[in-house]
Amino acid sequence: MDYNLLWFVLVGILFAGYAMLDGFDLGVGALILRVKDDHDRRILYNAIGPVWDGNEVWLVTGGGALFAAFPPVYATVFSGFYLAFILLLFALIFRAVAIEFRSKEPWLWWRRWWDRGFFAGSTTASMLIGVAMGNIVWGVPIDARGEFAGTFLGLLHPYALLMGVTTVTLFMMHGAIYLHMKTEGTLQAIVREWINPLIIAFIVCFSLTTLATLLYVPRMTAILRAQPALFGVVVLLVLAVANLPREIHRGHDAGAFLSSCATMLLLMALFGLGMFPHMVYSVPDPEHSLTAYNAASTEKTLKIMTIVAAIGVPIVLTYTVTVYYIFRGKVKLGKDSY
Amino acid sequence: MNVEILSRIQFAFTVSFHYLYPPLSIGLGLVLVMMEAMWLKTRNPLYHNMARYWTKMFGLIFGLGVATGIVLEFEFGTNWATYSRFVGDIFGSALAAEGIFAFFLESGFLAILLFGWDKVGPKMHFFATCMVALGAHFSAVWIIVANSWQQTPAGSHLEIAGKAVLPGHAFEITDYGHARMVIDDFWGVVFNPSSMDRLSHTLVGAWLSGAFLVLSVAAFYQLKRRHTQFATASLKFGLALAIGASLLSLVTGHSSAGGVAKNQPSKLAAMEGLWESGPQAPLHPFGWVDTANKRTIGPKIPAGLSLLVGGTADHPVIGLNDIPPDLRPPIQATFQFFHIMVTMGFTMIGLSLLGGFLWCRGQLTDTKNFITRWFLRLAVPSVLLPQIANQVGWFTAEMGRQPWIVWGYLRTSDGLSAVVKANQVLASLIGFGMIYLLLFILFLFLLNRKIQHGPEPLEESENLPESWLKSARA
Repeated sequence: MDYNLLWFVLVGILFAGYAMLDGFDLGVGALILRVKDDHDRRILYNAIGPVWDGNEVWLVTGGGALFAAFPPVYATVFSGFYLAFILLLFALIFRAVAIEFRSKEPWLWWRRWWDRGFFAGSTTASMLIGVAMGNIVWGVPIDARGEFAGTFLGLLHPYALLMGVTTVTLFMMHGAIYLHMKTEGTLQAIVREWINPLIIAFIVCFSLTTLATLLYVPRMTAILRAQPALFGVVVLLVLAVANLPREIHRGHDAGAFLSSCATMLLLMALFGLGMFPHMVYSVPDPEHSLTAYNAASTEKTLKIMTIVAAIGVPIVLTYTVTVYYIFRGKVKLGKDSY
Repeated sequence: MNVEILSRIQFAFTVSFHYLYPPLSIGLGLVLVMMEAMWLKTRNPLYHNMARYWTKMFGLIFGLGVATGIVLEFEFGTNWATYSRFVGDIFGSALAAEGIFAFFLESGFLAILLFGWDKVGPKMHFFATCMVALGAHFSAVWIIVANSWQQTPAGSHLEIAGKAVLPGHAFEITDYGHARMVIDDFWGVVFNPSSMDRLSHTLVGAWLSGAFLVLSVAAFYQLKRRHTQFATASLKFGLALAIGASLLSLVTGHSSAGGVAKNQPSKLAAMEGLWESGPQAPLHPFGWVDTANKRTIGPKIPAGLSLLVGGTADHPVIGLNDIPPDLRPPIQATFQFFHIMVTMGFTMIGLSLLGGFLWCRGQLTDTKNFITRWFLRLAVPSVLLPQIANQVGWFTAEMGRQPWIVWGYLRTSDGLSAVVKANQVLASLIGFGMIYLLLFILFLFLLNRKIQHGPEPLEESENLPESWLKSARA
């Protein structure tokens, strides 16, 4: 295994961690307007309260790792998707301050306003993340200098939009499953009502995306044809999704949540397998594609970063798990709550 | 306006707005550590009450820091793509290390700091507070390392189309797509010639932000005779840190300037408005740079600059006349911002020493005393002093670095994204302008409401969590 492959995987893991963790709090944002009572909404906010900003750090670190390990990819994608990324920033800012500001005043209009901001920010961010992923899968025009040669509107083609909608449903499903674990009583019963429709919606969206990928982006499945053993990932993915209603039905909320996390990880694994070694696939000129080899930092930097990750990641995982453990169980509102 | 100007304005605006918050989190984080340590030591519920009050403030400030910070990481790529490709091998690692070592630490333990009062025991809570403060300091370490490397590149070399360009070798970069900086020595990058000076000066500036915020709020309560017990104790915490940090900023500022003289002479010349090279370089306490006639108008201390940077009056200092015009930074702005920073610094020293004097005389809370009253009145708006100093200090550092984005290697004007158009940047700039204006108004509104509301009454905070009471009795 060379360092380029290692960092391709590590960057993928960081973004998968982001999807898995911030995914549920983005999903909670997309669901927030579905409950009407202020007390119930507060429980939803406090379910993600202690962890949301740690979750967002996965995006910051993933972005930093991409910048460090594959600077041309970072530069090309961020400047090429300029307006989309600026919108993503606006959405992320809005939802962050909505969480922070909402609880500071008791006025109903104030809280309603921030709830809408939180909903709009979370939904837009999920959608944009999906659209960006969709474009990476589909391929984007890259010129001979390695610069993006398309337009903003060109990024909004049907495949990317489908991926966007799929991502929103995925995050909503993930968020609902997380909330089922954190709530109790009548609120939990309300959340329970959401889960099955969301699982079905996700399966429908994901089937459509898969079909579209098979038909229009066959290179994404080339590796599965070449190495049939990797079809195991697909099998695991289907099992993880099928396990969701089973765990919920049996009352194993944590099991359902872990299964949902596994779904996210396996989806990212399929994405990574399909892409490798490409990071930005160029259409119509594949020879301009940016790969883990032609767009990487020096091996020296990758080695240094590997040491940084080897020291840092275990520490990060230790206290992330600790924090989740400390705040385990059902949400109880107290005087420090949002 | 063209895309270069707009991108410069956008970065300057978003980074300045962001930089209102991190220094406060760093400084206030340290104050929280001090307060909780005092509580653990004395078990006086007053300190616990203070820690809780300032923790709430901390939460608000930290939230805004996070929300506005992610913008900057994105902007390197969105607006400065050529720069990102050029420096990624070095700059990117520092940014990633910041994420792994600092941001995770901060945000993970922040959960316990803000919401964990009833979930963990006091020692664990204190540990979490220390980790949040440490994380905030670490984030300064990595970002200052990255920025300092841009100011004084070290531990790296230039590579064009895969071939190393040796130092001193003449080169002409025509295609930045094939040129990049490449790392030689990680520790050389970390300990580049300016990083330690600039890190210490930045951290001390951040402590001042925290100290003067506490000082200002406490002085306000003291003057209004509200929450007097709380106010007196907070005043002392704020003042102790303010005295220490303002004096330290003199030391770190002096050594930073010495480094600038050595490594970035054009920046120093602009900061000081020095035109003639040579020994006996004068120092202008204030003045106006007359760029047309190549002179600086205002009072001067003969040989002052030579003495400050070299220790002797005969120390030669390079002046602007010996720097080619296309390599000079914007002189007037650099000169004025630098002088505002120094003025703010000395004002903070004066104010905190006055407070220290009153403290020694036991008159710090004696609002009948004429001097004390004036001290408190001045202390209320003093929260602005470190904020202004931090902002203009960075203006000096970054404007003084121009025309370079990476000193000696890449010009700022060459670092732009090739594919981003002026109207796109204009749109995003207007968007940031409106959103940040809204955020700033709301931030001030909520901050003011919190200050007006004041800390919880002391009796209430004596209802400590059961686990805390047990450990308090033990």
